[in-house]
Amino acid sequence: MDLEKELLDIKVAAENIRLVTLETLGNIGFGHVGGAMSIVEALAVLYYSELECDPKRPDWAQRDRLVMSKGHAGPALYATLSLKGFFPKEMLLELNQGGGRLPSHCDMNKTIGVDMTTGSLGQGISSAIGLAMGARLNSIENYTYLVLGDGECNEGQVWEGVIFAAHQKLGSLITFVDWNKQQLDGFTKDIMDMGNLEEKFKAFGWHTVTVDGHDPGKIKAAIQEAKAIKDKPSAIILDTIKGYGCDFAQGVEANHHMNFTKEQMDEAIDKQVRKLEEARKAAQER
Amino acid sequence: MFTVHERFEKAPKMMREVYCETLSELALENENIVVLDADLVSSSGMKPFFKAFPERAIQCGVAEANMIGIAAGLSCMGKIPFAHSFGCFASRRVCDQIMISAAYAQQNVRIIGTDPGVTAAYNGGTHMPFEDMGVLRSIPEITLIELTDTVMLRDIVTQLTKSYGVYYLRMARKNVTAIYCEGSRFEIGKGNVLADGRDVSIIASGIMVAESLKAMEILKSEGISARIVDMFTWKPIDAQLVADCARETGAIVTAENHNVIGGLGSAVSEAVVQSCPVLVEMVGVKDKFGQVGTEDFLRKAYDLTAEAIVAAAKRAVGRKG
Repeated sequence: MDLEKELLDIKVAAENIRLVTLETLGNIGFGHVGGAMSIVEALAVLYYSELECDPKRPDWAQRDRLVMSKGHAGPALYATLSLKGFFPKEMLLELNQGGGRLPSHCDMNKTIGVDMTTGSLGQGISSAIGLAMGARLNSIENYTYLVLGDGECNEGQVWEGVIFAAHQKLGSLITFVDWNKQQLDGFTKDIMDMGNLEEKFKAFGWHTVTVDGHDPGKIKAAIQEAKAIKDKPSAIILDTIKGYGCDFAQGVEANHHMNFTKEQMDEAIDKQVRKLEEARKAAQER
Repeated sequence: MFTVHERFEKAPKMMREVYCETLSELALENENIVVLDADLVSSSGMKPFFKAFPERAIQCGVAEANMIGIAAGLSCMGKIPFAHSFGCFASRRVCDQIMISAAYAQQNVRIIGTDPGVTAAYNGGTHMPFEDMGVLRSIPEITLIELTDTVMLRDIVTQLTKSYGVYYLRMARKNVTAIYCEGSRFEIGKGNVLADGRDVSIIASGIMVAESLKAMEILKSEGISARIVDMFTWKPIDAQLVADCARETGAIVTAENHNVIGGLGSAVSEAVVQSCPVLVEMVGVKDKFGQVGTEDFLRKAYDLTAEAIVAAAKRAVGRKG
């Protein structure tokens, strides 16, 4: 498949993930809209191009792993896994339902396709390191992907892991930082200014690049570049917009966890349906 | 099955020597055993393991939270991680990592917390865990064990390479009194009745087991018959044995090198009140911080002595209804 066609297909997947995420959140009327929307394109590139997995064999030992350390982005990951066929779409109705299999934060023991339990911020990097080192000990040549939030990078444990992964030359660890510039209480520049994240990771000995986090082509290129670097872990800083593509969330300061009306969500879904159609059309025309 | 020495002396080998020997032997046969340490390899006595199995010995630097998370990730890949630090830093400092990345995620992780209570001696209050078991006891499904001596250590560590779950092992690093004869076997979750008695049950753990046996002799000379229990598993507590002790002796003394709040005193009391309520006297640290000193000084300072157990046993017997 030529790259241009593949990217158009990934774009379709991204619009579909965004639509299904909105529908999933729409079923309950509240949730972590902002951080789910901002990570959609990265998930599309991973699950529709770069991350090796097999929905028919979710326990396949050689597969790549994903640790969604910003565990509150669960709904976007659930939408992705469902679209990939890890579980049926009807299961998305279980989001946040008592006794259900889709908790607000990712849980490996409840949801097929989730590789690690997360939700207590800062911990995912360490478990991702363990997954990568375990693969190395088991002679599995795979990649471990990690998604950090930019607010999450306030946590000291993140930097313990960053130091360690560089010391271990953990080239199979590819980290995304969802640099959406907002955290629960507001804009990161006001709450806890992390300065230049790219420079920080670089200073800790990581291969680092910043890309447009809503551009599948740029994300894919960054992942391929990261895969080629064997002696350093990689950090791909995704320049994103919190709530991207969802009008009632994008540009709103308090969009980490939101309540919304049915009308707001219906409008967002209608718009997203049109975007999906446009993306499909573009892919078909190619 | 276990047998107990007739005379009690310090074991010739340190706990950490036996720990390293045992894990090294097991690692030869089981390639999934992985060891993690946080800049305390010299203290934990694991240098020989690090030399023999460099790929399976992970130096994490002074970053315990990261270490526990890595252990959880290794477990996801089928490894059997053993992560060490001083008890304070292997428990209270990493409580959330043990809770979420290990226990809640249902991983297979062993955490070794050394230098329990007063055995931290010259390291003082910052390094003296009177709270490690208490901090961890409220984490669901975790198993908490205090290793009594080197014979128990060898058997339990061997068992833990064949079991699944999150285990915290509290253990002294240096020489402790040998209680058990070579070849003894232990059942996790079952307390050991070391000596039977009628008037009072002394339920002890760790360094307080030897003190309880000394107390038993003193009490015997004063006409009081004490049952001695080594309750090395604090969680799940052997509630049946506690109930039997309450019913059959009518009074209980707990003896621990730990804060009685959240510790063995609490665990035994919780079992007693739900089965056969009797008076429980607690010998242990009475909600105090640690401090520097020799182990002998500290044992006296916190009343962790045979004499304190004798006094508690007499109080308990005297107050029986």
